[in-house]
Amino acid sequence: MMPGEKCREKEILEIIENDARLNTEQIAVMLQTSEEEVVRIIKELEEKKIIAGYFTVINWDKVGEEKVSAIIEVKITPQRDLGFDAVAMRICRFPEVKTVRLMSGAYDLVVYIEGQTMREVASFVTLKLASLEHVLSTATHFVLKTYKLQGTLIEDDVEEDRRLLITP
Amino acid sequence: MTNPSDWNKRINPVILGLQPSGIRRFFDLVAEMKGVISLGVGEPDFVTPWHIREACMFSLEKGYTMYTSNRGLLELRQEIAKNLAASFGVSYDPHQEILITVGVSEGLDLAFRTILCPGDEVLIPEPSYVSYAPVTAMAGAKPVFLKTSAENGFRITPELVEKAITPKTKAIIICNPNNPTGATIDRARLLEITEVVRAHDLIFVSDEIYGRLTYVGEHTCVPSLPGMRDRTILLNGFSKSYAMTGWRVGYAAGNRDFISAMTKIHQYTMLCAPITAQIAALEALKNGENGLIKMVEQYNRRRRLVIQALQKMGLPCCEPRGAFYAFPDIRSTGLSSEDFAQLLLKEEKVAVVPGNAFGEQGEGFVRCSYSASINDLTEAFRRMESFVRRRVSKGKVLTFSPGKNEIIKEGICQTI
Repeated sequence: MMPGEKCREKEILEIIENDARLNTEQIAVMLQTSEEEVVRIIKELEEKKIIAGYFTVINWDKVGEEKVSAIIEVKITPQRDLGFDAVAMRICRFPEVKTVRLMSGAYDLVVYIEGQTMREVASFVTLKLASLEHVLSTATHFVLKTYKLQGTLIEDDVEEDRRLLITP
Repeated sequence: MTNPSDWNKRINPVILGLQPSGIRRFFDLVAEMKGVISLGVGEPDFVTPWHIREACMFSLEKGYTMYTSNRGLLELRQEIAKNLAASFGVSYDPHQEILITVGVSEGLDLAFRTILCPGDEVLIPEPSYVSYAPVTAMAGAKPVFLKTSAENGFRITPELVEKAITPKTKAIIICNPNNPTGATIDRARLLEITEVVRAHDLIFVSDEIYGRLTYVGEHTCVPSLPGMRDRTILLNGFSKSYAMTGWRVGYAAGNRDFISAMTKIHQYTMLCAPITAQIAALEALKNGENGLIKMVEQYNRRRRLVIQALQKMGLPCCEPRGAFYAFPDIRSTGLSSEDFAQLLLKEEKVAVVPGNAFGEQGEGFVRCSYSASINDLTEAFRRMESFVRRRVSKGKVLTFSPGKNEIIKEGICQTI
């Protein structure tokens, strides 16, 4: 790997983390490099799963779509040799689970889930999650409102451009 | 007393004689239109970082609503002194050699009123920021322009300075990096210029408001050059580096005689800079470095997009190395600066500033600011390209030379 390569990778990641819609030509110009190099680096990052996917930050509340999300604190018994990973992976495989993280502190895993109704989420927790082997307890918190998501403010009219159109 | 023109006779002829800023005229035109993408903005598109705004709100909650000392909060002056020493190795006594001003604009006014007497001459590069000449005139002195042009890359040379000096020359003002050209002056050239300045015993007023926004090479702080500390009035502020234009806070640094004299004017006219802005500036200096670096990185990436876009549409342009402006040569379209700006606005709804707003040497150029989002920049330059292509294909080509169809690099365009 060339010396500047790591740095370039980081720059590319920073750029597309903020705006995944920029095309490779634009990124190449922004970083003063060739488009081929950008394409190659992005491909490598994808292969290494450093770039794990491309998503859009959507405020579903505004679509009028009825969606319920909840954060569930999960306490589990770690298994010999596997620690928390095996249980965590089992939980990850449910499609309604959006994010799973191992936490320090009072509980072990935090699980973000999304469902159509509160009943659906509740039944997932009681039937699927709480009943899993090695899961000791769960605490479910329903999301009431999202203000900021993935570093982006969700509310309207926050920090719009208020500058005069022409200034010296 | 019924004829309104009578009142004009009561107005100081110097003020009456001042031309309203060319930018103002164009602003009125733009303000009437909807859906305009503006590349005409001379301020960051970032909002002041939250930690700075939050620090200011906290100070309000704590009741910091009073005057500060005329010179400004000592803690802020100390932080500025520390910063200048660490960045450029130039030391100022925060008690006597630094004055907090209401932006560089006030600092400039104070500096000129302090050092200029009627009849004195001030050397001002052209094109340059719109207020240098009027402020000189208001101080009763005479602006003498260092006329730079695209042909020599808007370069200020020692010879140009030397030639403009008369027995009446008192000072020179240089803004580095430059607004509107985005050009920077490197250390070697500044050394040559300051040599002339010292030889003729001039005062150097150094406007370094865009200093931190330098993308190619390193910014050189004029008072850090040999023999320049005491004959330089350094003007700087927080507007551009920390996206704090509306706070109106800046500073002047210089020898104690200059700063004391400037403080006298400041105390009778301004009293002090607003305390809320000073507290915000203090927070910016103490904890704003990371945010600043991120912003500079973003400007730099946009800058490269702009350079490419201008190349693509065939407008020659000196490489913009600082601030957030590009100053392309639009003479190939056969239009004057003002016509270009007006027609571009009318036909494509993109606002740029006609170059002649920055002095007659800016004629044939327009200022494009890249303090805009990448989406806006991309769309604006797409529109501008189709405008330019239409114009050029109309055969109105006067000075188009394909050989110049590139960003002019090192050597030709390092200086203002």
